[in-house]
Amino acid sequence: MVTVQQVVFALFALMTVGGAVGVVAARKLFHAALWMILSFFGVAGLYILLEAPFFAALQLFIYIGGVAVLIVMAIMVTRGIMGPKEPVFTYAVGAAGTAFAFLVMLALFIVNVPAWMGSAPTGEVAPDGMRQLGRALVMPSAFLLPFEVASVLLLAVLVGALFIAREKE
Amino acid sequence: MVPLSWYLLLSALLFAVGLYAVMARRNLIGMLMGLELMLNAINLTLIAFWRYLHPYNLGFQALVIFVLVVAASEAAVGLALILAVFRLRETEHVDELNLLRW
Repeated sequence: MVTVQQVVFALFALMTVGGAVGVVAARKLFHAALWMILSFFGVAGLYILLEAPFFAALQLFIYIGGVAVLIVMAIMVTRGIMGPKEPVFTYAVGAAGTAFAFLVMLALFIVNVPAWMGSAPTGEVAPDGMRQLGRALVMPSAFLLPFEVASVLLLAVLVGALFIAREKE
Repeated sequence: MVPLSWYLLLSALLFAVGLYAVMARRNLIGMLMGLELMLNAINLTLIAFWRYLHPYNLGFQALVIFVLVVAASEAAVGLALILAVFRLRETEHVDELNLLRW
């Protein structure tokens, strides 16, 4: 029996994997970036299906609004939108073999864990889950230290990226 | 409901495709895109585990937020490095970047 949720899952899964395949198969780098954005959209849809709308919003803001735009800008700066086609993939056979072996290993591991076979979640999502998460992020007994480390990391990245990319006289 | 294993298998597939992109693409920006796909797969796994096995555990969500922070940092610094290398060598093709070889 196929439920509505399974159909929606299949749609978003197709979007995600199709986008990912586009990233590796596109001959032009700019097209690969567009496929990557499609894949990010698919993952955002899956987050909504998993009842994590906050993370779907983060996915849209950070990945599509930040990372994807950054990558597109880097492509424009270095080779232009209609840049030359990519040369053939070197080591493609070896890379495909390694990735496929990795996938088979992971899949065999996943289907052999009985606890992961369940089709129903073990509980409902807490209605004030987001508030709890926000509190936990600034609570010294929870995630305050990693939170502050992340802030310092972001500051270092801001300064470091500017320093690395600036024009040297 | 959708079985948890479907999500896990989907993330495994996404991770493998990203791994292939990192290994087979010979362009630094293309490799970075593969990395982003792999990080997406990790986040999807974490959210699926959180929803299905530990809906009251905040650690999963906090970890996803930190992965997002690190992914954004990695993209920013990585692209700055690619820009700097491109200024120096007019290429971002890894086979032509042999500064350390002599």
